[in-house]
Amino acid sequence: MGGVEKQRCIIDFTLSSLLRRKGKNGALLVVYTLVVFLLASVMLFTQAIRKEAAAVLADAPELVVQRIVAGRHDLIPLDYMGKIGAIRGVRAVSGRLWGYYYDPLFGANYTLVVPEEQAGGLGEIAVGQGVARSSMASEGNIMPFHTHDGRLVSLTVARVLPASTELVSSDLILLTAEDFRMLFGVPAGVATDLVVAVANPAEVPTIAAKIARLLPDTRPIARSEILRTYDAAFSWRSGILLAILAGALLAFLIFAWDKATGLSAEERREIGILKAVGWETGDVLAMKFWEGSVISLSAFLAGVVLAYLHVFVAAAPLFEPVLKGWSVLYPRFRLTPSLDFAQLAVLFFLVVVPYAVATIVPAWRAATVDPDAVMRG
Amino acid sequence: MILHPAIIALLTGSLLTSAMLLFASFFAVRIIRHWNLTSGSELQVSLERRTYLIATVMASAFAFQLLSLFLFIHTADTLCTLFSGAMCAAGTLNLNRYGYPALLLKLANFILSGLWLVVNHADNRGYDYPLIRVKYRLLLVITPLVLAETAVQGLHFLALRPHVITSCCGSLFGAAQRGIAPTLALLPVVPLLAALAVAIVLTLACGGCLLLKGRGEYLFASCAALTFALGCVALVSAIPVYVYALPAHHCPFCMLHREYGHVGYLFYLTLLGGGVVGLGVGALQPFRGIASLSAELPLIQRRLTLTALILYGTFGGLALWQVMVSELRLG
Repeated sequence: MGGVEKQRCIIDFTLSSLLRRKGKNGALLVVYTLVVFLLASVMLFTQAIRKEAAAVLADAPELVVQRIVAGRHDLIPLDYMGKIGAIRGVRAVSGRLWGYYYDPLFGANYTLVVPEEQAGGLGEIAVGQGVARSSMASEGNIMPFHTHDGRLVSLTVARVLPASTELVSSDLILLTAEDFRMLFGVPAGVATDLVVAVANPAEVPTIAAKIARLLPDTRPIARSEILRTYDAAFSWRSGILLAILAGALLAFLIFAWDKATGLSAEERREIGILKAVGWETGDVLAMKFWEGSVISLSAFLAGVVLAYLHVFVAAAPLFEPVLKGWSVLYPRFRLTPSLDFAQLAVLFFLVVVPYAVATIVPAWRAATVDPDAVMRG
Repeated sequence: MILHPAIIALLTGSLLTSAMLLFASFFAVRIIRHWNLTSGSELQVSLERRTYLIATVMASAFAFQLLSLFLFIHTADTLCTLFSGAMCAAGTLNLNRYGYPALLLKLANFILSGLWLVVNHADNRGYDYPLIRVKYRLLLVITPLVLAETAVQGLHFLALRPHVITSCCGSLFGAAQRGIAPTLALLPVVPLLAALAVAIVLTLACGGCLLLKGRGEYLFASCAALTFALGCVALVSAIPVYVYALPAHHCPFCMLHREYGHVGYLFYLTLLGGGVVGLGVGALQPFRGIASLSAELPLIQRRLTLTALILYGTFGGLALWQVMVSELRLG
């Protein structure tokens, strides 16, 4: 019999023997699938959200300049714009006004931003889907705000931002500069931070260094730094979650070890008979190898498919709060599906390799039983 | 240390492999000292049983080892976004002094593990465990190297600090640096490619001769080794220049990126695979005289030769294709 034909026969035998012990193997398969599902969900989710963040930040300004007072972010005088604009390579400088507002009524934090182009008239605001949901506001309604000096003012919702922008605009309120200054008491002549447009992106680090030298009380932040920080933060979060799940993985491995070690009398007799009718130790080991492969492959595929559905169809309800953030206003959005070979390889190393290691010794013990010892009982 | 899933996976895999090899080495010493096939003692029977376990453990450990090389390179490549100044794996590996030693150890272990699997495969064909001492001695050589690899890789990952300014491939493999890699990068491109082409043609010719006449195993293995060495040099010197169409860019890692169609993985896979099976033909030759293997060894060697020819042929074809379609013209 040729090598391939022989292995085919062994696989055939293995499959029928697996089916004969449905209960025991089924339980193992379910637990195995669950472990793969958990780990794969974490990885797919963080990968997708990292890509989403990168896509969102692609339109962010090249360079942002903040003023730092006593180590804290402070309002920046608009006359800094002239000094920065004089640096060679800077195309444009503009001030931004933005801030956070805590709404005690709904227990939510809003992000208030003054858009570059005037969005609406005085006293009018545009709100994101999350804000509209939580405050039950629709177009034409008014929303009450407490100003910095305790007065109550009402702004009219002129527009609800479209749902397609929800990932970035869920907790957003757009308003005019005048309303913003009135609400927070920000005097004229200062802004929250400055946005610098640079003609050649390769010059960003040099210009950032020049700004830091020219205006020592400022902190220039490049877009690439923000991206890098997001990358590190998401990797770190998924790593922490994986480390926590390591406990579950360990429990699964002990379970798999136990299942593989506890050969039933019937299984021992079966292997004994196989060896008595001429199977070699190597053949029994091959059978055990195929058994492990069938279980691993089935669990791996099922776990990854379930994780894919969980993350990209159901929007990851299990991990969302840990991996995304702690905001009250969660954006509702569907992640762009992405799955690459490297993720599968990582998953393979995290689950299948430890499983294989845990089952080698029990498989060998099973394969080296003496036929006469088994049959004599 | 960065708690990236791939890093956790690599560290877990390496620790498990090291533990398996240590376990196997312990029994390898016993087998080397006490193995006596003519004896029917209890010790011998237990050793004969153990050898199945060790062979399975080793086969799994080395299979993981082969996979982990590619995962390591890919991880280094993915992590580069976390470090300012790094644009590909070259930058990540250069962040501390353990990066490149870890890669070199992984490469060496890849080749040795592959050779061990070849010897093990041949040994399983003989009924009287003909190569048992040879393969367990080889195991004792590999184990310290794998342990060193685990340690160096762990140190590399532990010492990774995001936001460290690192020099990337542009300066690392550029003309202004000193060291082995930059020196290799300075080799003249066209003569090197010509030498590689000659070596590949020689290997293919010797392989063809070996397949047809069943002679010249050592010659074929030497040619395969020469092609492997020249291929490695060309991968940090001549081939990247054509892949990127930039005469001064010699980085062997940027070609792993999507914009170059991940062609780097194909280069690495075919060259390393060809190297292992090509050297495997020579490694088995000293055992041709063993009676229990006299029928099987030539068959195994033929299969290895054929695989090496396919892999090196693909490598050569791929390099030729890159040179042909590149917008760069030299010499």
